[in-house]
Amino acid sequence: MGRDVNQQLAREFGLTADEYAKVLEIMGRTPTLTELGIFSVMWSEHCSYKSSRVWLRQLPTKAPWVIHGPGENAGVVDIGDGLAAIFKMESHNHPSFIEPYQGAATGVGGILRDVFTMGARPIANLNALRFGSPDHPRTRRIVDGVVRGIGGYGNCVGVPTVGGEVNFHPAYNGNPLVNAMTVGIARQDRIFLSAAAGVGNPVVYVGSKTGRDGIHGATMASAEFGADSEEKRPTVQVGDPFTEKLLIEACLELMETDAIVAIQDMGAAGLTSSSVEMAGKGGVGIVLDLDQVPARETGMTAYEFMLSESQERMLMVLRPEREGMARAIFEKWDLDFAVIGHLTDTGRITIRHQGRVEADIPLAPLADEAPLYTRPTVESPKGEKINPARIEDRVGLTAALKTLVACPDLCSRAWIWDQYDSTVGGQTTKRPGAADAAIVKLDGLKRGIAMTTDCTPRYCAADAEEGGKQAVAEAWRNLTAVGARPLAITDNMNFGNPEKPEIMGQFAAAIRGMAAACEALDFPVVSGNVSLYNETEGKGILPTPAIGGLGVLDDVSKAVGLALPPWLDIVLIGVTTGWLGQSLWLREIGGREDGAPPPVNLQAERANGDFVRAQILAGHVRACHDVSDGGILVALAEMAMASGVGARVSTHPRDIPGHAFWFGEDQGRYLVACPDSPALIRAADAAGIPALRIAVSGGQDLTLPDGGTISIAALREAHARFFPAWMAGPG
Amino acid sequence: MKAIVTVMLKPGVLDPQGKAIAHALGTLGFAGVNDVRAGKVIELELTETDPVRARAQAEDMARKLLANTVIESFRVQVDG
Amino acid sequence: MKAGIILFPGINRERDMAIALENSGGVKPRMIWHKETDLGDLDLVVIPGGFSFGDYLRCGAMAAQSPIMAAVRAHAARGAYVLGVCNGFQILTEAGLLPGALLRNASLRFLSMDCHLRVERANTVFTTRYQQGQTFRAVMAHGDGNYFADDATLDRLEGEGRVAFRYATATGEISPEVNLNGSARSIAGIYSDNLRVLGMMPHPEDLVDPLMGGIDGKPLFDAIAAA
Repeated sequence: MGRDVNQQLAREFGLTADEYAKVLEIMGRTPTLTELGIFSVMWSEHCSYKSSRVWLRQLPTKAPWVIHGPGENAGVVDIGDGLAAIFKMESHNHPSFIEPYQGAATGVGGILRDVFTMGARPIANLNALRFGSPDHPRTRRIVDGVVRGIGGYGNCVGVPTVGGEVNFHPAYNGNPLVNAMTVGIARQDRIFLSAAAGVGNPVVYVGSKTGRDGIHGATMASAEFGADSEEKRPTVQVGDPFTEKLLIEACLELMETDAIVAIQDMGAAGLTSSSVEMAGKGGVGIVLDLDQVPARETGMTAYEFMLSESQERMLMVLRPEREGMARAIFEKWDLDFAVIGHLTDTGRITIRHQGRVEADIPLAPLADEAPLYTRPTVESPKGEKINPARIEDRVGLTAALKTLVACPDLCSRAWIWDQYDSTVGGQTTKRPGAADAAIVKLDGLKRGIAMTTDCTPRYCAADAEEGGKQAVAEAWRNLTAVGARPLAITDNMNFGNPEKPEIMGQFAAAIRGMAAACEALDFPVVSGNVSLYNETEGKGILPTPAIGGLGVLDDVSKAVGLALPPWLDIVLIGVTTGWLGQSLWLREIGGREDGAPPPVNLQAERANGDFVRAQILAGHVRACHDVSDGGILVALAEMAMASGVGARVSTHPRDIPGHAFWFGEDQGRYLVACPDSPALIRAADAAGIPALRIAVSGGQDLTLPDGGTISIAALREAHARFFPAWMAGPG
Repeated sequence: MKAIVTVMLKPGVLDPQGKAIAHALGTLGFAGVNDVRAGKVIELELTETDPVRARAQAEDMARKLLANTVIESFRVQVDG
Repeated sequence: MKAGIILFPGINRERDMAIALENSGGVKPRMIWHKETDLGDLDLVVIPGGFSFGDYLRCGAMAAQSPIMAAVRAHAARGAYVLGVCNGFQILTEAGLLPGALLRNASLRFLSMDCHLRVERANTVFTTRYQQGQTFRAVMAHGDGNYFADDATLDRLEGEGRVAFRYATATGEISPEVNLNGSARSIAGIYSDNLRVLGMMPHPEDLVDPLMGGIDGKPLFDAIAAA
C-alpha cells in the first residue's frame, strides 16, 4: 500500500469530495495513508450513522427503568433485585451473503462482545433472519451456512440460542439479513463503560492476535453490492468461538476486581474505532505503539493494524497498579495481554509504528465534524385498503389452513432450532417454539427475562409507518403473551441505499411509526444498529426494522406458553374486522401481495395487552398466543400442534366473511385458553376489552366452523415438512 | 524440517462426511466417484533436521494426540 | 458424597452440572481447574459438557492430555466414581477410561432436542432411583455423539452389562428413528468394567427443575447423592 494519498484514493476509501475536503481542513495537511484509513472508517455509514442519526433522534429512549440508552455498547435496563439486563441487536448482513457460515458466526461473536464488554454474563442469544425466495438457487446454501454459523458459534461459547424469526421473500435474494441479539445480566453496580480516563493509564490489548482479516469491513457494510461481490471474499473475518469463550471468562473474572477504568470491544474498524471512541468519549488523548500489538502475520503495516477486523479482541484502560494482576488472569486463560499505549492529555490519537509516527489526529473534530446528512426523503405510495367482501374464497377454510401452516413463512422452524443449543446454562424456561417469547430464569432467583425478535417486512413495504409501529407492537405483544412486563427494545434498521429518496422516506416513516408505538407502550429504544445499502444491482430489500424486545417476569412460574391444554375455553381478545390486506392468506391462497397492512390502534394494543397480562399473572390463563401472521386459525393451529390437543371451533360473526374473520391479520389480538371463560369475559367487558369465546379444546382434531376436520397429526406433518424436504432436495 | 501427518478414519468406521461429499459430487454431475473418505492433514514444522528422527517424533505425536487410534489411522511424510 | 467438577477451557455446562449436584446433594461441588493435579478426597469427579479446547483436532482429544487427567485416572483406579457427560464422555474415551469413541453425528448436524433414554440396568450407583427398562427424558446437545466401537468391544460391553442407556422411544422401543446421531447399537452411555465410571452423551443435568421442563434427570443425581 505505497499509494499517494489524494482525492482519488479518498473516493476509493468511500469518502466524498466534501468529506475529503473536511479531512484536509482538520489535518491542515495531506493525511497519511493510515490517517486516511482512520477517517474513512470513522466516517463510514457503519460507524458514523451519518444518514440515519437525524432520524434516530426521534425515538424515545428514556423510562424510569432505563439505566443506559443508546450511545454505549449496548442498552441497560433495571430488572429488579439490583440487577440489570444488557442487550443489543446487530446486523451482519453483508458478510453473511459473501460467506454465510463465517458471516453469521462472527455476527454472533460481535454482539456477544458488545454485551459482555459492559460487565454482563451473556444468558441468551436470539436472531432475526430474512432470506431470499426458497426457489432462488443461492438461498438454500445461505440458509444452511447461516444456521450452521449461528449454531457453531453460539453452541461453542455456551450461550443458549433461545429465539428468533425467519422470513423468506424474493427481495432478499441478493441481500439476506442476519441480525443477532444478545442479552446479558450484570449487577447494577458493576456496569463497565467505554469512556477512557486517567492520563498515563495503560491501554491494554487482550484476546486473539491481529491478522489482516476483514480490512475495510466497515466500509464494505456501507456500500451496495455489485456483481463482483464474490471477489470481496478475502476480507471476511473468521470467528474463533473457543477464544471468545475464554475472553468472556477472563473479562468477567477481571471485572470482579477494580482494575478496569474503561473497556471496549474491537468490532467494526477494530483498533481504530475502539481507541478513537474510548479516548474521544473520555475527552483525553491516546498514544498507541503498534509494535506492541500481538500480530498473527508478519510485515503488517500501520494501516493494516489499525483497520484489521480480526475477531475476539478487546481494548481496556487499566489502573496502572492492577496491570500485573490483570495480566495473570489473561495468562491463566491463555489469552494475549499487551500494553500497547497510554492515555495522554493531548486530545489527539497518535499512532507509532517502527519508530515513526504513522497517524496524529485531533479527536474532537474527528467525532464532532463527522458528516451528518439530512438526506432527501420521498414517501412511497401506500397500499390501498382491501374490502374483504370483495375477495372471494375459492378453497375453503380447511384447505387454506393446511396450505398456510405448511408455507415457508409459517411452517415449523424446528429444523433450525434443533441445531441451536437452547438449554445450556440450565435456566431456559421457555425454549424456542414453546411460547410467544423465550424465557430464561436467573440462577437462584424467581425472576426471569422474556425476549423476542419481531418485524413484518411486507407490512413495512406497503406502509413503512404502520409497519414500524406494528414491529414494536408485536414485540410488546409477544412479551405480554407469556406474562412478562415489557421493558425496552433494541432496533436493527435494515434498509436499502439511503442516497435514494424513497429509501430514506421508508426509513423516516418507519422511525415515526416506531416512535409512536414506543411512546404509547412505554417501551423505549435502548440500543440499536443501522444497516443501509442492502441493495444488489440496484434492487433493495423490503424495509426491515427488526425489533428485539425484552421484558421481565418477577416469578417465572407464572409464565404461560402457547401449548394448548385439553378441556379449556379459548377466548379471542381484541377486535376482528377481517383485515386481509397484506395477509399471508391473501399471498398464499389469493396469490396477491397487496393492500394496506393492518393498522395498529396503540390505545387498544395497550389496553388489550395489559388485560391479558393481568389475567395471566392472576393465574386465570393456561396458555396464550398472539394472533399475527395467518390470523386466528393459524394461531389456534399453532397452539394445538404445540401440545397435540385439538379444538372445536365455533361459528363466526355473520357480518364478516369466514375466510376474512379466520385468516385476517387485525392487530392487538390474543388467544387465551382458560378454565373459566365466563369470568374472563366478564372481566374483559368490565374493562372495555373485546372478548369472544371462539373454541373449546380437546380431542385430537381441529374441527372448523365449516364442518371440516383436520387431525393434529396431519397438521403437524404438513407443518414439519418444508425445511427437511427443502434441505434434502437436489443440488 | 516439515512433517505432514495425514489422519484418516479406519476402513470400517462410517464416514458420513465422506458420504455427503460423494453425494454432492454426484449431484454436481461428477460421475464415476466410487467412494470418498474425508480425513485431515496436519503440517508440523520441526526443529529436528534428521529425517529418521523427525519421522519418529511425528509418529509419536500422532499416536499420542493427533490421531485417535480407536477410530483413525495415520501416515507420516517427512519433507527434507 | 463429595463431588468436584473439572473445568477445562471451553467447558460450558459446568453451572448446569453444579446446580443439579447441589439440588440433590445439598452441597456445592468443588470446581477444579484443569491445571490442578490433586483431587483430594473427592468421592465423585464430574467432567461436564462443552467444547473443551474448542473441540479442535477431535472432541476431547486435548483435554484428555491435561495435567488433571492423571489424577482422574488415579481416582478411577482406586474405585472412586467418575461421571462424564457429553464432552465429558468424549474426554473419558479419549483418555482411555472408557472404550470406543464418539464420531460426528450421522446427520452431520448439531442435534439439540429432548430424547428418551432407556435404563439398561438400575443397580449401579448412578441408576438406583430408576427402574430397569424405564425411559427418562434428557437433553441432547451435541455434534459428535455417534458412539463407535468395534463389534468385539460392543459384544463385550453388552455381555458384561456395561451399557448404561440406549436411545429409545418414550415407551422404550429401540429403533433407528430415535437413534438420531447414529450410535452403534443405540448406545447413549456406558460404564467402566467396575461400573463406577459412567460416560453418557445426553444431559440429565438440564432436567432437574419443573420450571425448565421436567425433572427426569433428577433421579440420577438423587441416586449419586444417596450413595
